[in-house]
Amino acid sequence: MTSPVTIALTGNPNSGKTTSFNALTGSRQHVGNYPGVTVDCKEGFFKLAERNIRVVDLPGTYSLTAYTAEEIAARDFLLGQRPDAVVDVLDANTLERSLYLAVQLLEMGAPLVLGLNMMDEVRKKDMQINSALLSELIGCPVIETVARTGEGRDAMVRAALAVADSVDEWKPLRISYSADMDEALLEMEELINNAHFLTDRYPARWLALKYLEGDEQIRVEGRKAGDLSASLEAIAERVENHCRKTLNTDPEAVIADYRYGFIASLMKRGVVRRGTSRTRIEISDKIDRVVTSALFGPALMLLVLYGMFQVTFTVGDIPMGWVESMFGWLSDTAGALLPDGLLKSLIVSGMIDGVGGVLGFVPLIVIMFLMLAFLEDLGYMARMAYMLDRVFKAFGLHGCSVMPFIISGGIPGGCAVPGVMAARTLRSPKERLATILTAPFMVCGAKVPVFILLVAAFFPQSAGNAMFWITLVGWAMALVVAKGLRMTLLKGEPTPFLMELPPYRMPTLRGVLLHTWERAWQYIKKAGTVILAISILFWAAMTFPQLPAETLERFDAQRAAIEAQMEQADELARPALEASLTAVDNNQAEAALQNSVAGRVGMALEKVTSAAGFDWRVNIALIGGIAAKEVIVTTLGTAYSLGDVDPEDAAPLSQRLASDPDFSTATAVSLIIFILLYAPCFVTVVAMAKEASWGWAGFAVVFNTALAFGLATVSYQIVSGLG
Amino acid sequence: MADYIGLRKLKVDQKAVIRSVRAQGDLGRRIREMGLIPGTEIAVTGRAPLRDPVALRLNGFTLTLRNNEADHISVEVLDND
Repeated sequence: MTSPVTIALTGNPNSGKTTSFNALTGSRQHVGNYPGVTVDCKEGFFKLAERNIRVVDLPGTYSLTAYTAEEIAARDFLLGQRPDAVVDVLDANTLERSLYLAVQLLEMGAPLVLGLNMMDEVRKKDMQINSALLSELIGCPVIETVARTGEGRDAMVRAALAVADSVDEWKPLRISYSADMDEALLEMEELINNAHFLTDRYPARWLALKYLEGDEQIRVEGRKAGDLSASLEAIAERVENHCRKTLNTDPEAVIADYRYGFIASLMKRGVVRRGTSRTRIEISDKIDRVVTSALFGPALMLLVLYGMFQVTFTVGDIPMGWVESMFGWLSDTAGALLPDGLLKSLIVSGMIDGVGGVLGFVPLIVIMFLMLAFLEDLGYMARMAYMLDRVFKAFGLHGCSVMPFIISGGIPGGCAVPGVMAARTLRSPKERLATILTAPFMVCGAKVPVFILLVAAFFPQSAGNAMFWITLVGWAMALVVAKGLRMTLLKGEPTPFLMELPPYRMPTLRGVLLHTWERAWQYIKKAGTVILAISILFWAAMTFPQLPAETLERFDAQRAAIEAQMEQADELARPALEASLTAVDNNQAEAALQNSVAGRVGMALEKVTSAAGFDWRVNIALIGGIAAKEVIVTTLGTAYSLGDVDPEDAAPLSQRLASDPDFSTATAVSLIIFILLYAPCFVTVVAMAKEASWGWAGFAVVFNTALAFGLATVSYQIVSGLG
Repeated sequence: MADYIGLRKLKVDQKAVIRSVRAQGDLGRRIREMGLIPGTEIAVTGRAPLRDPVALRLNGFTLTLRNNEADHISVEVLDND
């Protein structure tokens, strides 16, 4: 079997590239990334005309300079892997701008096919594109497509196959960039070719062009490759000085102008004829007049967020119950089948309950992500970034930070893992880092049951309001801390807010489902892997060392005494006796927990944490919460000797906490603040390390915990002082 | 010579032609790759609720940028027809 033909898909964001990719590959694809954040290249396989074809979906870019992660990923793939054909999917409605990327691909020498997508919209607004003429002028096949319906899909692939078969070497397109620039390019090209300088990787003229454009990535690579780099940089500097003197601009701008000049010359030959009828973009503009207006815009945004919050919790509650009953059944069945002992405890408490606690949130997350994917595909998320940018900029962030915040739990019920990853859309490393570090302050789905528990116990009259205020505090802290970081560790200029507002488009069911699935799967994987390992670890810490034999004997003796009474007791007395039997079991569980490694650590920490009102039981729960916040409720249940507590129906624990003399309103407030802000859960930490570095992930753990403890202590002291 | 004004001063619905772009570096690059180059016809389609950023239409799509970014761009106002 010969190796498959590799076709790379490129294109601007919102050009329909991913829709084309999905239409080509169907379900046979590896999905390793998120909508709008396609930094990883997705790949898929399919067969056409007896040929095995591999399609790689490159990240959406407007250009192939090396200033964003997306551009670097796309460029490295194209030059490093040299795909057999490159299909540039472009939105035919914005032909001129889209061709800017196409020209850069041709300059690279890529065997190109242009897919003019969204031709249905073009036809509707009686704009005419002469694609045969465009193909002739630009020198590569041009195929008209409608990715949403699949029109032109096969023609596009056939054209790509034909190109792949006929092109055996990359031949860069040569555009004139003014006499001065052309002369320097020729000089550099000759030097590069004579020295075979990096020519195994890059076409000579393209490399020379990158030196003139001042491409830092290429320069760094060049310096490592040899001395010629210095001569090339010297020529580039000479050209730059000349440009500044004669034109008062930089070579990069001149090159861009000539590229657009080249495109304009194509257009002048009659490629496009525009009609006058209403276009989708005009309809979008009309909608925006209302949707982003000064008064109605923010009101609608709040309404949308509130609606999402309501739907997540009312609709999500139902399937959440199903998942929980399933795990309850699994836990009961395993409990009944296995003999009492450590193995049973490991499987039931360590594995099933731990993973079940995390998976229980999957329905909530699916529902929330379904709505988010819909809003994103519709084009509304970009409008939210647009409306909020001014506010976010004041806090050193970017309008695009909205998305990671909301996914992380800006609307309670999110999850910081995909939230942190969604920060990839941010271009500036500093704004991105500030977003990644503060997104975990949001009320993620795992924090929700803990807050519900505490609110129900201490503020029973205002549960809904309390949740609202907690969410607001989460936002406020994220913004304030981001501002602090941007003024100290992450100082730097804000990045531009040059962003396209895509026209409103009705999302396709398939697209929304796929996007939702990608995010939910990330969360499910979290439960299956990291959480499983950590729950086993925490189970061990909370189980060993076991109680000494004489203590166990004491509990056994108590039980035997009650059982003896039960044999003689009548029906009326039985329930009371059974209750005291359970009480003995629970007391034993509490004693065992206190004696375990976790219990000892919890008690050792009491000296410090008492300043914030936390006793050893709370400490253990909070330590468990570093693994996953949902562990907090179950651990509190054990620590308060209540046996197993269902996080969704924690009424007994709630009552118990409310009546506990050591547990005051001040403790509840301080605990809420601490849980809201302290160390992100372990999986988020791993995600942060992947997106930023282990250093920053470690910083988040230490800094967030210190901040949380400081604020919790202050609020505890104030509230208990008032009380 | 016609009067050129800063893009920031354009009112909503006003049409103009870009005459010069003075931004350099990352911002300049970004402005150019989005197609904001001299000779391009633009129209302001709206402003965000806090008056910043601003939304423009050009070449069949809508673009947003902040006021301080618009300051790098000079335009010539076209008569509204």
